[in-house]
Parts: sequence; C-alpha cells; structure tokens
Amino acid sequence: MLSNYDELNDVQIDVLREIGNIGAGNAATALSTILDERVEISLPRVRITDFDTAVNALGGAETMTVGVLVNFSGEANGMIMFLLNMEDAKAIMSILIQDDGGDDGQLSELKLSAIKEIGNILGSSYINSISTLTGLTINISIPYIAIDMAGALMSVPIIEFGSVGDKVMFIEECFSAEENNLTSNIIMFAEIETLKIIMERLGLEI
Amino acid sequence: MSELLVVGISDYKLARCPNVFVTYALGSCVGICLYDRQAKVGGLSHIMLPESSMFSKNEVNRMKFADTAIVDLVRELTRLGGNNRRLVAKIAGGAQMFEVQPGSAIGTIGERNIVSVKNTLHSLNIPIIAEDTGLNYGRTVYFDLDTGIMKVQSLSRSIKEF
Repeated sequence: MLSNYDELNDVQIDVLREIGNIGAGNAATALSTILDERVEISLPRVRITDFDTAVNALGGAETMTVGVLVNFSGEANGMIMFLLNMEDAKAIMSILIQDDGGDDGQLSELKLSAIKEIGNILGSSYINSISTLTGLTINISIPYIAIDMAGALMSVPIIEFGSVGDKVMFIEECFSAEENNLTSNIIMFAEIETLKIIMERLGLEI
Repeated sequence: MSELLVVGISDYKLARCPNVFVTYALGSCVGICLYDRQAKVGGLSHIMLPESSMFSKNEVNRMKFADTAIVDLVRELTRLGGNNRRLVAKIAGGAQMFEVQPGSAIGTIGERNIVSVKNTLHSLNIPIIAEDTGLNYGRTVYFDLDTGIMKVQSLSRSIKEF
C-alpha cells in the first residue's frame, strides 16, 4: 500500500513524469498565446527527490529566489510552487514586457505581478493535465508570491505536506523565446491520498 | 578547534565549546539554540512542525517536531554534562513566507511552531533570553558556543546578533 513517496515504483514515477510533460506542454501553449510569440519548453526533467537535493538544484538554501505558490484542493490536494532565480526572473521580464532596466536590482510591482501570473499559468497547466487525465475535479487558489531564500520558500509546501515523507516532485524545464533561454523549476507536493487516487484513476495498482 | 556544524531541516546537533552551529534558511521552521554557559555545552535544533501528535505513529522522526525535538535535545545535553536548570534558550524563525488571504489554512504554521516551542521550553523551565521570530522573511542562524551569541542573517537585511 502506497504510504510514502519512497514507495513509488518505476511505473508510478513514469506516470508522474508524464503528467509533468503534459503540464509543461500546456504551459508552453498558454504562454505562447499570451505573449503572441512562440515559446518553447524543453522536455522537462522530472525527478522525485528529497528536500536537500531540490534546494541544491536551485543553487543552495540561501540563494535569492522568486517563488509563486498555488494551492490546490478538491478531489486532489497539494501545492505547486514555481521557482526562479533572480537572474532568470529578470530575463523572463525582458521576454514578457519591455524592460526599462530601471529596477536597480529590485523587481517592480508590475514585474512581480507578471511573474505571479506566469507561476499561475504554469501551476494551472499542471493541475489541468492531472484533471484531464484523471477526471478529478480540482480547484486552485490564487497565486501567492514571495522573494527570499530558496530553502525558506521550499520549506512551505514541505511543512504543509510534511507528513507524507520529505520527497518532492521536482520539475526542471527550459523556456526559450526569441534569444532568451531560462530555466525554471516547479515543485509539486501532493497528499499521499491524492497520489493514490491519481494512480487508481489511471488504472495502476497501488 | 572550532568547527562549523551544519544542522539540517528536522535535525539537531549538540557539542561542547568551542564550536559554531549553523542552520540555513529557516522559513516557518524554528531554530532553537540551547546553552549551558557554565558547562560550556549547547545545541541547535531546527524544527519543522509544532506537535508530533498531529501525525500518525509511523512518523518516526522526532527531530521534526517542536515538542519531541526539544525534549530529546535537552536530554542529550544533560548526558554531555549540561544541567537542566542552567540551560537558556534563544529562538529564531517562524515566519510567514507567503502573504495569503485571511482565513486561509496556509501560513499559520510559523506562528503555531513558535507557540509550541515556547510551551515546550516553558514546561522544561528553560527561559527564552532572546528571540527573533515571526514576520515574513527567511533567516539563517549561527550559534557560537564560545560567546553564546545567536547571529541571524537574512537577505537584504543587516545581520543581527542576540
């Protein structure tokens, strides 16, 4: 009986990967539509990993990071967080809005809200892919944004869903539009009950 | 020789003087520095959640919860020569990282962690002589056994010593 992320077998992990792939595809389509520009997203790298590995992949616990958090609930419960380092956050702005370069190391309100919206689109794209594949009804919260140490931000979903073992689904993907390339990371936390339901709906043994 | 002892999330460490502990990027987690100046022993605990009773019995990591981690750390400090009645505490962390809508279930855990840490320390009669808790930013905590100073470092803020 599935009671921990550690107990996921290869087939089940592949299913989560596939959900990640579909989610990334949906996200690219949504971003392209909004920007009226071709946005490509590389095949995402989906890993089931522990907290420290995920934090190190972001550059270490103290790295200044932009985090956009979306909570989902209903027939599936969990959180999705979109994470960008500051450099990439600035780069994504040069794709999204004409950057006046006058920020002096900070991100203006306008830019923050633009990043929040991207996080929202990506989060919703993943949830949509789960919902479409499984037929589950899932509601998502408005996006919340914070800029702080990577470790401090990532601890939020870990704490909320800390009882399922400290593994996260960590998705790395590379966006490109015109001359810009940047890497974003998404971590997804689902309640263990939610994982079970997803697997069941997809006809897998649990 | 003084060493930098890194305490991870849901972890604690203890040592004799001279040594410096560090725990990185506390968000809503709380760091608890315990110190017996006379015996020159101390420890740092990084808890994630308020109470072990919130979870089922198969959740075995006692270092994750305020109520179990602090009790265990105190017991181990005693074995290292520390005395319960001389122990003092300095605490940091328990922030609310994301500003959420009022009434949302997310975001109250930092506050609940602080309350549980304080209750546990109170029940052990350990006074809190300094604290840097709450608000909305991450903190890295250094704790120097030589001086008993807790140093709190955050992004875009000056370093504070307690």
